[in-house]
Amino acid sequence: MTGTATAAPLLDVRGLEKRFGGLVATDRVDLRVDGGEIHALIGPNGAGKTTLVAQLGGQLASDRGTIVFAGDDITAWPTHRRARHGLARSFQTTRLFRSASVIDNLALAVQAVTGSNLDAWRPARRDRALFERARELLDTLGLGAKAAHAIDQLSHGERRALEVGMTFASRPRLLLLDEPMAGMGRDESARMEALIGVVRTQCAVLLIEHDVDAVFRLADRVSVLVGGRVVASGTPGAVRSDPAVIAAYLGDDAGAA
Amino acid sequence: MAGVLVLEQSLNGLQFGLMLFLLAAGLTLVFGVMDMINLAHGSLYMVGAFLAAWLVALTGSFLLGVVGAVALTAVFGMALEAGLLRTLYARDHLSQVLATFALILILNDGVKMIFGNDLPLSAPAALAGPVELLPGLQYPAYRLLILGVGVALAVLLWLLVQKTRMGALVRAGASNREMATAMGTDIPRLFTIVFGIGAALCAVAGALLGPLLAVQVGMGENILILAFVVIVIGGIGSIRGALVGAILVGAIDTLGRTLLQHVLREFLPPQWASAAGPAIASIAVYVFMAIVLAIKPQGLFPART
Amino acid sequence: MAPIEAKPLGLRGALLLPLCALAIAIALPFVLRAFGLDFYLSLASRIVVYAIAATSLNLVLGYAGLVSFGHAAFFGLGAYVTAIMISEGVQSGPLHLAATIAVTALAALVIGAISLRTRGVYFIMITLAFAQMLFYLANSVKGYGGDEGLNIRARSLFSLGPYLLDLKNPLALYYVALAVLVIALVALARFAPSRFGRAVLALRDDDVRAEALGFPTYRYKLVVFVVAGALGGIAGALSVNLQGYVSPNALHWTQSGTLMVMVILGGVATVSGGLAGAAVLLLLQEVLATTTEHHEFWTGWVLLAVVLFARQGIVGLWTRRRAPSLS
Repeated sequence: MTGTATAAPLLDVRGLEKRFGGLVATDRVDLRVDGGEIHALIGPNGAGKTTLVAQLGGQLASDRGTIVFAGDDITAWPTHRRARHGLARSFQTTRLFRSASVIDNLALAVQAVTGSNLDAWRPARRDRALFERARELLDTLGLGAKAAHAIDQLSHGERRALEVGMTFASRPRLLLLDEPMAGMGRDESARMEALIGVVRTQCAVLLIEHDVDAVFRLADRVSVLVGGRVVASGTPGAVRSDPAVIAAYLGDDAGAA
Repeated sequence: MAGVLVLEQSLNGLQFGLMLFLLAAGLTLVFGVMDMINLAHGSLYMVGAFLAAWLVALTGSFLLGVVGAVALTAVFGMALEAGLLRTLYARDHLSQVLATFALILILNDGVKMIFGNDLPLSAPAALAGPVELLPGLQYPAYRLLILGVGVALAVLLWLLVQKTRMGALVRAGASNREMATAMGTDIPRLFTIVFGIGAALCAVAGALLGPLLAVQVGMGENILILAFVVIVIGGIGSIRGALVGAILVGAIDTLGRTLLQHVLREFLPPQWASAAGPAIASIAVYVFMAIVLAIKPQGLFPART
Repeated sequence: MAPIEAKPLGLRGALLLPLCALAIAIALPFVLRAFGLDFYLSLASRIVVYAIAATSLNLVLGYAGLVSFGHAAFFGLGAYVTAIMISEGVQSGPLHLAATIAVTALAALVIGAISLRTRGVYFIMITLAFAQMLFYLANSVKGYGGDEGLNIRARSLFSLGPYLLDLKNPLALYYVALAVLVIALVALARFAPSRFGRAVLALRDDDVRAEALGFPTYRYKLVVFVVAGALGGIAGALSVNLQGYVSPNALHWTQSGTLMVMVILGGVATVSGGLAGAAVLLLLQEVLATTTEHHEFWTGWVLLAVVLFARQGIVGLWTRRRAPSLS
């Protein structure tokens, strides 16, 4: 399913703002993500990418602007409600449940959006459907052999993969991936790219990433955030050759590469 | 007449506030820089008071007794830090609570074993009388001494923290510990010294308040809570916050306790007023803290970024 | 590949120890009487009552990771509600229970709703503040003892059919308290591996992540806080029946500290941690009180040793677990 300019977008962000005292972190941002696409968000350090993700995820309240998701105005919704509605977010610094095994982490992610969680009597382990789904995810992530492992027994790449897996467990409609390849070497990055390639068949993705090459390989559209403002948005090719973008961001990168 | 009463109680509030500041300053540094919850801080206050009472009786001189007590408590504090508390920095807050709670028990009983349940301590004879500050306002000379010492120490601490290299390190550590470590400072030694200073300040407060509040086992517990309230209001890691917070808390507590029932008497029957007054005053401090936190969740002058 | 589902519960193995302990607990009064040690029954009852209080705190502190320094407030509140009712002539046990639960649950709801909006040390301070407020309030109610506390003559009465259970009878008190403890521990044992229990343990590990996954963390924390508060209140009600007396000190922050010590000592986030901690601390104090006047001194050293050398508490030592975990 490919989005077209005339179809209603899955995520429609308009005029989003966030200030910290005198500092404007998010400056009247407009952003649209269509169903089925991978939309990448790039920008130099300090551009405000993580602030924007936090506003979309619900961890940070916005000062102004609206966020409309699948037709609903979710601007004032608490995080957990957004997650249950299909907007899931991964974190730049891995956040996993350290006292749970790998499979249990995934089971918790599945549990969060299925059924009633106020059941304080029946053992969760008896819930076959829960664990089957967790098992499925485990295999997709390539961690099948490490189901019972503790989190600190995983490599960095495996932990980042699990991080994405947790976010994906709820079968979201839109996945906010905050720098999934952070701190990865070449092999691990390639695996993560492949994983994103699998994941995108089931949901739309808003990908925040520093690895510009990977972004241009994966993304259908790219938006560039500089100083809290979107300075360009379009296909990878168009953005790559946009003089404003080159000046503000890509130029420095190309020079350094 | 009422004006004199208000003035007198305001001075009392300021004086109590300054002593609270001495406790809060050490506490906020330890919590801010070392990220350690030290419940035994009030016990250092108690140890200082007992040592002062003992030394004053031994030497017959108030000055010698207090100075000696401060020195001994500082040494004791540093030994405690180097020997035991140091191992707690890396542990979680819960373990720190348990360990320092255990310390309270040990020190309470330890002091009782050595000195008994309480010791007498009175203000030096030279300062026993009142001073006429204004026509009609007599104020105890001893309390003026406390005010003087409090102000002097506040200034000294400010100079130390703002103007010395050690102070700069402490401030850096309070706002960002990893950075301070990366800058290559001898962290363990710095921590020991900071702790020693905190202990010394506790001892000053304990020794000076002794004649007013009675030197007895367990005197640390109640003032400790007020000190924690002060640093939460003032902002953890901030000396300035500790000073402002302490004076505010001292004022609310003292004025509340003494003046509130007079005000309430206008509206309520006397026995209700005299019961409600102190109760409301005690609660007022906590209500104030809750209000401050509601408006400024990190306290008035947060040191941490 | 090993099966993912947990090893079969091994029903017989897992239940053997608790059943033995229960059998001993039930037989205890008679064993004590046989040895002429009747006067230790009140110590046993005190252990049971504090085990209930410590278990209620373990729910909040251990499982939910909420360092509440004001838990004694609920314990004291329950004690005062019951004591005040008794001193006003109301003796019905069920009424005491209902009132205790209602008042402490409401207090926990209000305190929790406000405090749970804060985090870290600020949460600790706010819960402490509320407890201190209640402490000073108790100090100032002259009609019910004020700072001297309240003595009661009568106790709670429960009628079971034709029988009247008067908690003035030490045996009756012991068994009623034991029944409450058993119910609480069974509920906790079922809670930990349940969906709700796992969600709570997850939000203890990382509540931002839990919230991002879709768990309404604030709501869950509040539920746990209220349940724990109510259970703490029940323990307080039992305690006033045991001692015949309640004083504002029951609400003092040092009492909260003692409960925390019991939980940490016994084992955070373990089913029997509250019981183990209460038993060890109270027995330790009892033993020391008979041998030396300075039992606080030695208790302190034992606690210090536990912190430094037995990080997972006593239950942790016993089961050799790395950390309280979901798996």
